Amino acid sequence: MVIQKMKTFNTSMRPVLVALTAVTFFSLCVNMQLAQAQTKVGYAEKEELKIGFIKLTDMAPLAVAYEKGYFEDEGLYVTLEAQANWKVLLDRVIDGELDGAHMLAGQPLGATIGFGTQAHIITALSMDLNGNAITVSNDVWAQMKPNIKHENGRPVHPITADALKPVVDKYAAQGKPFKMGMVFPVSTHNYELRYWLAAGGIHPGYYAPHKGDTSGQIDAQALLSVTPPPQMPATMEAGTIDGYCVGEPWNQQAVIKGIGVPVITDYEIWKNNPEKVFGVSAKWAEENPNTHIRVVKAIIRAAMWLDENDNVNRVEAVKMLSRSTYVGADEEVIANSMTGTFEYEKGDKREIPDFNVFFRYNATYPFFSDAVWYLTQMRRWGQIEEPKSDDWFMATAKKVYKPKIYAVAAKELISEGKAKASDFPDFATETGFKPPQSEFIDNVTYDATKPNAYLDSFAIGLKADSKI
Amino acid sequence: MMKTNIAPVMFRKIQRNVIRERFFAGLNAILLPIIGILIFIALWAAVAKNIDTSLGEFPGPTQVWQQSFILFDEHNAQQEKAQAFYERQEKRSAKRVADDPDYVLTLKVFTGAPTFFDQIWTSLYTVAVGFFVASIIAVPLGILCGLSKGTYAAINPLIQLFKPVSPLAWLPLVTMLVSAVYVSDDPMFSKSFITSAVTVSLCCLWPTLINTAVGVSSIDKDLINVSKVLRLNAFKHVLKIVLPSSIPAIFTGLRLSLGIGWMVLIAAEMLAQNPGLGKFVWDEFQNGSSESLARIMVAVLTIGVIGFILDRLMLSVQRHVSWDKSVSLR
Repeated sequence: MVIQKMKTFNTSMRPVLVALTAVTFFSLCVNMQLAQAQTKVGYAEKEELKIGFIKLTDMAPLAVAYEKGYFEDEGLYVTLEAQANWKVLLDRVIDGELDGAHMLAGQPLGATIGFGTQAHIITALSMDLNGNAITVSNDVWAQMKPNIKHENGRPVHPITADALKPVVDKYAAQGKPFKMGMVFPVSTHNYELRYWLAAGGIHPGYYAPHKGDTSGQIDAQALLSVTPPPQMPATMEAGTIDGYCVGEPWNQQAVIKGIGVPVITDYEIWKNNPEKVFGVSAKWAEENPNTHIRVVKAIIRAAMWLDENDNVNRVEAVKMLSRSTYVGADEEVIANSMTGTFEYEKGDKREIPDFNVFFRYNATYPFFSDAVWYLTQMRRWGQIEEPKSDDWFMATAKKVYKPKIYAVAAKELISEGKAKASDFPDFATETGFKPPQSEFIDNVTYDATKPNAYLDSFAIGLKADSKI
Repeated sequence: MMKTNIAPVMFRKIQRNVIRERFFAGLNAILLPIIGILIFIALWAAVAKNIDTSLGEFPGPTQVWQQSFILFDEHNAQQEKAQAFYERQEKRSAKRVADDPDYVLTLKVFTGAPTFFDQIWTSLYTVAVGFFVASIIAVPLGILCGLSKGTYAAINPLIQLFKPVSPLAWLPLVTMLVSAVYVSDDPMFSKSFITSAVTVSLCCLWPTLINTAVGVSSIDKDLINVSKVLRLNAFKHVLKIVLPSSIPAIFTGLRLSLGIGWMVLIAAEMLAQNPGLGKFVWDEFQNGSSESLARIMVAVLTIGVIGFILDRLMLSVQRHVSWDKSVSLR
């Protein structure tokens, strides 16, 4: 086309055009090279990695990627290391002691916007959907039970916090605080617990970081505080808290030990909610782009293995997780939820095949809309103290969630024949925004493109332009 | 008549008494500890059965015994995995070198989790380093304090201030300090190791320092006079007079220090999640499986046995180097 046009021009323009063609040609070559580079990811810049995790069943993709040799297939020699709590884990990713970690979805967002420790953390991979539950002590359960509808002698699920409200009111009348545990201020569990409580008319309290109040208990009817996941059952047993929201196996542990009763799973609070992510520091990702893609590849393969053929591999996964270096709880406790069932009251075991989702429903894809939801909840409870524009929510989500890296990893797996294109979203058209979702316990519709309007639709919580 | 008979009878009686005494002394030395241990185990077994924790029954001696074998098996299994890991690595590295001649081949250390026995080794190594560092600071400083009243007066308030500080109070400061100061691209030691070792050192300093100072300051006046008469210079005075005479005191301090160091290390490892026996205990506690308590009990007994062995080792060294063999050491 360029050559054809050239003929029509007078001779004095020729040298310029020749130069132009040369530039076009050169840039084409570069583009082709880039395209080639995209189809073949180079060797890992860093071969020995240390990845941190918290003892929860949703660390399973990491354990599987290690045990099945997926990390080694990528030329990575990974050491998996259990961390004491979420704060330690985050701090160690920030100071570089860990190359990456199994993180709460809110952690990269919270760190990047500077709630708690400030650091730019990114994620290119979601690790799972669902997998949490809210458990109350036997005593609270006994008081809640009369408020719950029964059918065939069994409570009707999902149980809303309306059943808990009279109990909380009674505590208030007696001047006793009603205390519940969650795992971290920016944890999924904190937002889920707050969502559930608020949906039942119980105020979970505001944060006011600009006033130095990060307890999250301003105006609270239920006082929430942080307890590391593995210590939840022991803390409730000691009577320090009356209930908690945590991932597995720590709810099933309470049932089996007979110290508490799970009342609702997060699947029932928000169907297929995003849960953990694989987080790395932005600096690390910049220095080790190939390594990052390769780690993501290995974890995607592990997630596929975990969900293969209707969870056929889950039994093997449970064995793996019960080893003391991973989750370490008893096999039967882990198996309860990992194999698609969930035990509420002792003996009341129900089918929840999607309690732990690792790959199906595009579970591993880092959706911007998931990031925006966490940001709306941070705003709703005052962790973000100032009103923010819709654009701010979008920009922040894009600063932290990196679907492009995911796409490179996924395409690589497809070209290696380790995955099918149909396993993933269509990368050419995927916007990263899920269509409006309404499968929440209070039936409020969530449209990720209108975060401020979403905030205004809640009865309890900060509105789009309100401040503490 | 009567009188002449009394002496041999008395003699025999005394002889019998001596034999009996010796016999009982021997019996005491061997039998009583065994009886003590047996009573403890019986009590433990009886009580354990009646304690129901939320992690199941409290582990009795049998469960703990079994668990120690399981831990041993796990160690062996991990050893085999390490073997396989290195074989795989070798193949992979060979392929990589073939594909990519520029590749600088390095050996990757086995990435599997450390076993119980690895953790014991880590703890011993850490405590040894921490103790060693503390000793090479504390002994010279102690000698200085003992020799010069001025130095002692200057340093004493600091000693009194820092001696009673719990290691756990130091830990957060040490952790932050190490991560701020110890920065290198290819660190020889891991940060967690340095943190643990420094914490141990901080707590090991004081008993050695104080005992050395006391030992040095209470040297016999005659010996000091001898040194004066011979006009020994300062260095020789320390080497020939001060050190030999204060060795018993120094070692008393070292023994105390090592004991404290070992206790501190376990606590530091537990709190800071640094590799070692303390981390093993904490991890097992977090796991909350039905076997966790028995495994923790194995660790508790191991920590005790190692502490005991360390103490005996120090004691035998002390006996060996001490000039005053008459002092009973316990």
